[in-house]
Amino acid sequence: MLDLLSGFVQELRNAGLPVSLTENLDAMEAVRHIPLEDRDAFKYALGATMVKNSAHWRSFETVFEVYFSMRGPEYKIGESTEDELEQMWREMQEQLQQQQGEGKGSSGGMDSLTPEEIAQMLMKALMNGDQGLMRALAKQSVQRFAGMEPGRPVGGTYYLYRTLRNLDLDNMLQKLMEASKQEVGGELTPLEERLEKDEYESRIDQFKKEIEAEIRRRLVADRGAEAMAKTLRKPLPEDVEFMHASRDEMQALKKSLYPLTRKLAARLARKRRHGRKGPLDFRNTVRHSLSYGGTPAEPKFKQPRPSKPELMVVADISGSVAAFARFTLMLVYAIQGQFSKVRSFVFIDGIDEVTEFFKGTDDISEAIHRVNTEADVVWVDGHSDYGHAFEVFWDKYGKDVGPKTTVLFLGDARNNYHASQAWVIKEIRSKARQVYWLNPEPKSYWNTGDSIVGEYAAHTDGAYECRNLRQLEAFVEKLV
Amino acid sequence: MEHRFSSVQQVRDSLKDVNYLADDGIAGVAFLADRLAKPILVEGPAGTGKTQLAKSVAEMLGARLIRLQCYEGLDESKALYEWNYKKQLLRIQADKNSDSWSEVHDDIFSREFLLTRPLLEAISAPDPVVLLIDEVDRVEVETEALLLEILSEYQVSIPELGTITATQIPMVFLTSNNTRELSEALKRRCLYLHVDYPSMEREKEIVLAKVPDITENLADQVARIVRSIRQLDLKKAPSVSETLDWARTMMLLNIDSIDAQTAKETLHVLLKYQSDIAKAAKELSVDLT
Repeated sequence: MLDLLSGFVQELRNAGLPVSLTENLDAMEAVRHIPLEDRDAFKYALGATMVKNSAHWRSFETVFEVYFSMRGPEYKIGESTEDELEQMWREMQEQLQQQQGEGKGSSGGMDSLTPEEIAQMLMKALMNGDQGLMRALAKQSVQRFAGMEPGRPVGGTYYLYRTLRNLDLDNMLQKLMEASKQEVGGELTPLEERLEKDEYESRIDQFKKEIEAEIRRRLVADRGAEAMAKTLRKPLPEDVEFMHASRDEMQALKKSLYPLTRKLAARLARKRRHGRKGPLDFRNTVRHSLSYGGTPAEPKFKQPRPSKPELMVVADISGSVAAFARFTLMLVYAIQGQFSKVRSFVFIDGIDEVTEFFKGTDDISEAIHRVNTEADVVWVDGHSDYGHAFEVFWDKYGKDVGPKTTVLFLGDARNNYHASQAWVIKEIRSKARQVYWLNPEPKSYWNTGDSIVGEYAAHTDGAYECRNLRQLEAFVEKLV
Repeated sequence: MEHRFSSVQQVRDSLKDVNYLADDGIAGVAFLADRLAKPILVEGPAGTGKTQLAKSVAEMLGARLIRLQCYEGLDESKALYEWNYKKQLLRIQADKNSDSWSEVHDDIFSREFLLTRPLLEAISAPDPVVLLIDEVDRVEVETEALLLEILSEYQVSIPELGTITATQIPMVFLTSNNTRELSEALKRRCLYLHVDYPSMEREKEIVLAKVPDITENLADQVARIVRSIRQLDLKKAPSVSETLDWARTMMLLNIDSIDAQTAKETLHVLLKYQSDIAKAAKELSVDLT
């Protein structure tokens, strides 16, 4: 047990979860009080003692599933499940026979089931929300469709794809909707229809999860927990790189962005309020001295009101770095209360001001969508040209850069070998309060190939690597 | 020390008796908190029953609930203890001539002159208590340190008096709305429980338990619609308490089955932002075919 747990903790740490020594000890203590056969209780005991951040729960669950997947009776891969399924199939057959008055012929074992029959069963299971049947079907379909071979160095997603392709779950939803319509015998009101759809969607989701879990179990059986844990290791949301995020990761990022901005805003507001004290407030001090018989016993100070900076964001939104620009803009606008004014510009080879899109709407994602579709950023060919974009920026908006302005450039500075026009940055810096450059590429890639970030960085107050949410957050906090 | 609970299932059942429907996670963590004698840090979106959990546990144990509401600017004298200056002054003046200095000095720093505040009260109470430290994320990082001693050792050190140790270890709940990251030191001392919006089935049961006389059918509809609404991208998703309010609204209006029109007209009970209401109304009435 001890070895198992310490291996588990090691894996959690590898996955990036901070588990301290005391937490580890707590977990050991906690499992002593929990009946070990109760898998859920065991999981919650470990979770409560070792995971102290809700965003980390998913990673914890994955590691847990991998580590303890082979232990526990109902998770065995064995013949028993097939018998079970066969039994259910026979029962269903009988039901069908009764209903239709005709038999489907044989029911000679699982292998004789055609894919259509499986699909039919699945539909039945989804209609009724039958958990046991769904689990059994998940096992069966993985066995039949995934085509897993021992020792084959293929990731789990490949098998998942193969299984799902055969099951055709998207069509399933359609069919289910139609079936439920028939059942009611008539048209559903839009509201009912929506509710039904949500219900089926969540069931199908659950079924997908069963399939994923099944594939994972089989892979663990094949390769061993340690190896699997390594391949499944996913970065925490705040460590996902903007430039290489998958669609799911993007969703997760978006989700974690909102609480992050709220935290950031609260922290910044607090920082502003609790800064140094201002000069003596004479009037207030004298007034308070009245309650001490005229002795100024309690000096009062003026609240400092530090001026809020103006912010100009100039972002490259060409394909490679679009995601990064999007997140930075979202973050900046979410905390715009901390700035006296925020203006944003986007460019590829032409440049356009997009401040208007953010005005009068509280829906930032909507505004970002408009930026991506409506902004006029293509000048010649739609390949990044920093030089030209900066020149135009200087001509059109250069006069607006003042001593209160902080200018933020976002981009990887991959300029497709155009002229750099770095003098623009130099000019801007001489007028502005601060100029920063944020680059979503790892620092080791800077100034390789057509990247000329060094040329620009020389004229800024600092160029920062900004690959993930954590780094972005740290920078924004510094900025205010 | 005696344990309060015998098994996870027992926690669950007793919580159900006081109308709090716990899921496995909640009951499991509450059970562990008792066994390990550790505080529970409850985090989650607003209105998911974090404070209610502490109240229900207190009710179920028949214990007194001592509540410390946190806010910015909370300090030692409001959270831990304070010396009763006025009484001390009176004591000094009352017998100016009789006592020697050292006697008075010892005397005025005794427990008689100590005003207990929630934290000290919780650990010095002779009867069973449940301590609830509400919205702990509102205090400054520095103030958090005040809590550390009491959370790990169940004791309070008062320089003039010495250390007061708990006679019995109370159940402690800390709640947080996650507006800022709590310090590592605090998290390390607690068991962590994340309370999220309940699953549809659980929400239905909550509605059934909390709203008297509601029909199963209506509760089911309420839960389903709320789940649909939570899936939208909203500023503030409806909380459990808002779901309950909504169910009560339906009861008051004598509605047995919700159609799109009624749902739209009463959305303002569930959602508190105009943009959210508009969005949800649009989504609920939209034809999906």
